[in-house]
Amino acid sequence: MTQATIVASATDFVRQKAALFSPGDVLRALGMPIVGILAFLFLWHIAAQNVATSLGTLPGPADVAHQAGNLWADYQEQQQRAAEFIAMQEERNAQILANNPDAEVRIRSFSGSVTFIDQILTSLGTVMAGFLLASLIAVPLGILVGLNRHLHQAVNPVIQVFKPVSPLAWLPIVTLVVSATYTVDDPMFSKAFITSMVTVSLCSLWPTLVNTIMGVNSVSQDLRNVSQVLRLPFLTHVWKVVLPSSIPMIFTGMRMSLGIAWMVLIAAEMLAQSPGLGKFVWDEFQNGSSESLGRIMVAVIVIGMIGLLLDRGMLFLQRLLSWDKSTATH
Amino acid sequence: MSSNKPHLELSSVSMQFPVKGGVFSALEDVNLKVTKGEFVSLIGHSGCGKSTVLNIIAGLLQASRGGCLLDGREVTEPGPERAVVFQNHSLMPWLTAFDNVELAVRQVFRKSMTKQERREWIAHNLELVHMGHAMDKRPDELSGGMRQRVGIARALAMQPKVLLMDEPFGALDALTRAHLQDSLMEIQRELNSTVVMITHDVDEAVLLSDRIVMMSNGPSATIGEVLPVPLERPRDRVALAECPDYNHCRQSVLRFLYEKQQKITPMPRQGEGQEAASGVDKRQKVLA
Repeated sequence: MTQATIVASATDFVRQKAALFSPGDVLRALGMPIVGILAFLFLWHIAAQNVATSLGTLPGPADVAHQAGNLWADYQEQQQRAAEFIAMQEERNAQILANNPDAEVRIRSFSGSVTFIDQILTSLGTVMAGFLLASLIAVPLGILVGLNRHLHQAVNPVIQVFKPVSPLAWLPIVTLVVSATYTVDDPMFSKAFITSMVTVSLCSLWPTLVNTIMGVNSVSQDLRNVSQVLRLPFLTHVWKVVLPSSIPMIFTGMRMSLGIAWMVLIAAEMLAQSPGLGKFVWDEFQNGSSESLGRIMVAVIVIGMIGLLLDRGMLFLQRLLSWDKSTATH
Repeated sequence: MSSNKPHLELSSVSMQFPVKGGVFSALEDVNLKVTKGEFVSLIGHSGCGKSTVLNIIAGLLQASRGGCLLDGREVTEPGPERAVVFQNHSLMPWLTAFDNVELAVRQVFRKSMTKQERREWIAHNLELVHMGHAMDKRPDELSGGMRQRVGIARALAMQPKVLLMDEPFGALDALTRAHLQDSLMEIQRELNSTVVMITHDVDEAVLLSDRIVMMSNGPSATIGEVLPVPLERPRDRVALAECPDYNHCRQSVLRFLYEKQQKITPMPRQGEGQEAASGVDKRQKVLA
């Protein structure tokens, strides 16, 4: 796909979206969802008062909003302390250098407590890395397998067996393998990150793989005949005929994979105590203060919203890159 | 017909497909010689193996016995010197008309033309089929007739020795079809291409062809009769309606199809097992 067509489809997309935004349409489009959300908050509010837990009643929407504010304030406070810490060091270094220009100075990074926002960023980074790794394996492999009937028959049982395996089963194996093999002196990534990433990849590559194979299988015989008549070399055939033809299916698979990746990551982080949102939830659970339940609920809502945003992001990408716009709806 | 030496030759071609519990014989002993610049139509009832013959010439299928020679060389695989216009255009839906033709042109003239020459050649071929105005449109923005024109332009742009057409106008409405038939006659006169075309349409066969090859019903279909069409070119469809020679040709073909090769029972679907196994599209298969 050329840059021009990407730009063209992007402007198309924006134009379509802009056309949606007449005031009446906005009201109609937002009206019912707002009613739904308000009704949900109301029911939650009523129900929460009647559910007792060992940490008091279940927090209602107001408590959760309050905790969200607290978590944000924590983050800002840490940011400020970090800035102050750095500023202090810079000042001190300047003094040292003023006294002795040859002195070696350095700045230590601030190691304050890990905030909720840090955990979100860690999780996002891990899920993107894991998903990327999964896609880099699944798409080329899917194309190869899809093109060769014998290879497909050979690989299929393996796929069918590993596809339904839960992340919790992969995790111990991955952890052990990573801790034994990933022994670099000055590691760029932490072991926890590698473990989470590999687990996410292992669990999420299957939908992309299966869909890519299906997409390649369903390249129409007519188009394959055209390719044969033209005697397209293998790579040209893949690049010009097979790949564009199966792009809609590949994207469908990748969207499913990303959804799975996000769910798997949270579970893996909880279990392995790797940094991220999962660890945040687990820590709060272990913490057991009166605020913990509220904080966990903030995390649950944030996890859901991020999952939604990831899905929308993939959809946007699909609309941008796929020639078949009809497959890129909701 | 510029010379009498055979340009394209099918000699004792037989085609069998393995089916559940035996073999299905689609073609039996098909012999045909086509000279350079000749326009030959294959006509017959559905299931008589017309498409199988075309696919053997194209190299998409290999004959079980006998073979196909083009300029004295045996056809063993598909290639651009035997360009095919497929029944349902077979354009890449994600490419514009220009890019669809370009895919073919780049493959065939990668070494012999500069980029600029290729661009001009693509534009020239699209203009030949009167599609110069819609070069940047994708197939889903084109009508059925326009898509088929692009398919023809793509085939012509390969400068094939033989142009193979598999019911190229079958899916079009009558007016569009007439229009495209006229275009095709014009182009064929200009380029003096050798054309082998499959058709169901008696009028189309008589109007376009130098010879009409009539095929008997399958199984074990073969060539029943070959009818030369002794009509002067250029041909005009309106004037021909009153021409005795034209009507005589029409009658001969109709008599062959509806009296000698009358279809009594629908064809048993014997090719099915094979279809699943080979993955070849139904339309261009055994029974097509």
